[in-house]
Amino acid sequence: MKDLFSIIMLLGIYSLLSACFFVAMDAVDVAFTEAAVGAGISTLLMLVAITMTGREENPSRHKPALALVVVTITGSLLIYGTLDMPYFGLAEDPVHLHVAPRYINDSMQEVGVPNIVTSVLASYRAFDTFGEVVVIFTAGMGVLALLSVVRLPRDIAKDISKIDAFNKCMHEEHLILRIVTKVLIPFILLFALYVQFHGDFGPGGGFQAGVIFAAAIILYTMLFGMNTARRVINQSLIQLLAAVGVLLYGSVGIVSLLNGKNFLDYNALSADPVAGQHLGILLIELGVGITVTAVMVIIFFNFAGRRIDQQNKENNDS
Amino acid sequence: MLIAATIAILVVMIMAILRTIMGPTLYDRILAVNMFGTKTVLLISLLGFLMGRPEFLDIAIVYALINFISVIGVLHYSDASIFKRIDQQKKTMKKNS
Amino acid sequence: MDISSAVFLLIGSFLCVSGGLGILRFPDFYTRMHAVGVTETLATTMILIGLMLQNPDVLVLLKLVIILLMTLFISPTASHALASAAMQNKLMPVLDKNDANEKEASSNP
Repeated sequence: MKDLFSIIMLLGIYSLLSACFFVAMDAVDVAFTEAAVGAGISTLLMLVAITMTGREENPSRHKPALALVVVTITGSLLIYGTLDMPYFGLAEDPVHLHVAPRYINDSMQEVGVPNIVTSVLASYRAFDTFGEVVVIFTAGMGVLALLSVVRLPRDIAKDISKIDAFNKCMHEEHLILRIVTKVLIPFILLFALYVQFHGDFGPGGGFQAGVIFAAAIILYTMLFGMNTARRVINQSLIQLLAAVGVLLYGSVGIVSLLNGKNFLDYNALSADPVAGQHLGILLIELGVGITVTAVMVIIFFNFAGRRIDQQNKENNDS
Repeated sequence: MLIAATIAILVVMIMAILRTIMGPTLYDRILAVNMFGTKTVLLISLLGFLMGRPEFLDIAIVYALINFISVIGVLHYSDASIFKRIDQQKKTMKKNS
Repeated sequence: MDISSAVFLLIGSFLCVSGGLGILRFPDFYTRMHAVGVTETLATTMILIGLMLQNPDVLVLLKLVIILLMTLFISPTASHALASAAMQNKLMPVLDKNDANEKEASSNP
């Protein structure tokens, strides 16, 4: 299949099916994240990417036979290595005898948060989550390093004079969509805030909230044009926010260090350890949400903005 | 009664997938995927009620929004003329190099 | 409570299945959009009202009302956007029974 558009649609449906599997397996947080990220944002970002590269896949220049042999050998070695591991889901597995009961039994007294997934993600395994946030931040930095377009002051002045004409012509085309979107966007943002802070009690948390925030901003950008969106959302502020999220997360850990305990040990944040855990989880989820929002917006603006700049260059050349 | 409604929605989702595979034009496929999305929202709500976990309604709200944004995004970026121009550009670049 | 909820769920499922049949059997894109756009919103409304009557817990009720309002806003808008995009890209509706064979032969894949 050479048509990249159909492949992207199939990937979106595959992500949706995985989300349905997770719902059937009663894993609510994972299904939430998979539905929001996989079926929504990834599909959109890949669609914007193929508007830059074209719809047909380039014919591959090498024969895939050697690559297939290497993959088969490596894959069979890996599968042979996993034969030693215990079967998935048996009750006598070490993970079910030692790891899971410790979290399930002790989470309420030590952390005091009803949602065990959040307590594991944000408190017991906070360092792994820190790694995830740094990976997301690095991805945003990579996109900025490769694709960022430096905007000279005279380009910005030309844009502002073009905005009114563009807005008028878009207004007739997409009138109904724009009005409905204007009504919906405040509720989407409010819902994102709800998901962010409700992560302690139900499914939710920083990652999902960041994705929903970014989806609202992407919707606004698609319907109102890139120039208006760039005026509403300042590029340098968003880049600053991406760093602020990671710094917030790291500084919570450093405050714990300064108070005499381990890195990211929230018991040191307040006199009562459980209150310290609540404060720690709140702060790091905030950091995660801010970084995820900012990085998604950076990636989308760079992909979409590059396509529009390409078009403008063609219109000026031809 | 909930189980009957769930089975009905599953049947409709299979019909939507058939239309996605069969649809002659691109817009048939986008319509079928949109319908699949709204039926997914209903399916998640019904499954939540069946399994006794009302937290699934949050997922339903999120998926309704994501479905809408995806359809608008696909319509925005699937304009056929853009792709024709990019393919033409690639051909002229190959001819020149 | 149970009987009215069951009635609403039954009506909703029937509308849903008829919309699904419509999308398979109708001859043209615009007629299929009629089938989906009309029945989808109404079936969602009926099923959500049926679910609301089942469980009168305040938070669950509020979330179901939110899903209902959002669907009422979003579904017609998405149908409008799809139809106007198809019209702008010159996908012509079939107006006469004799045109049906020509249109099926000449529409792009």
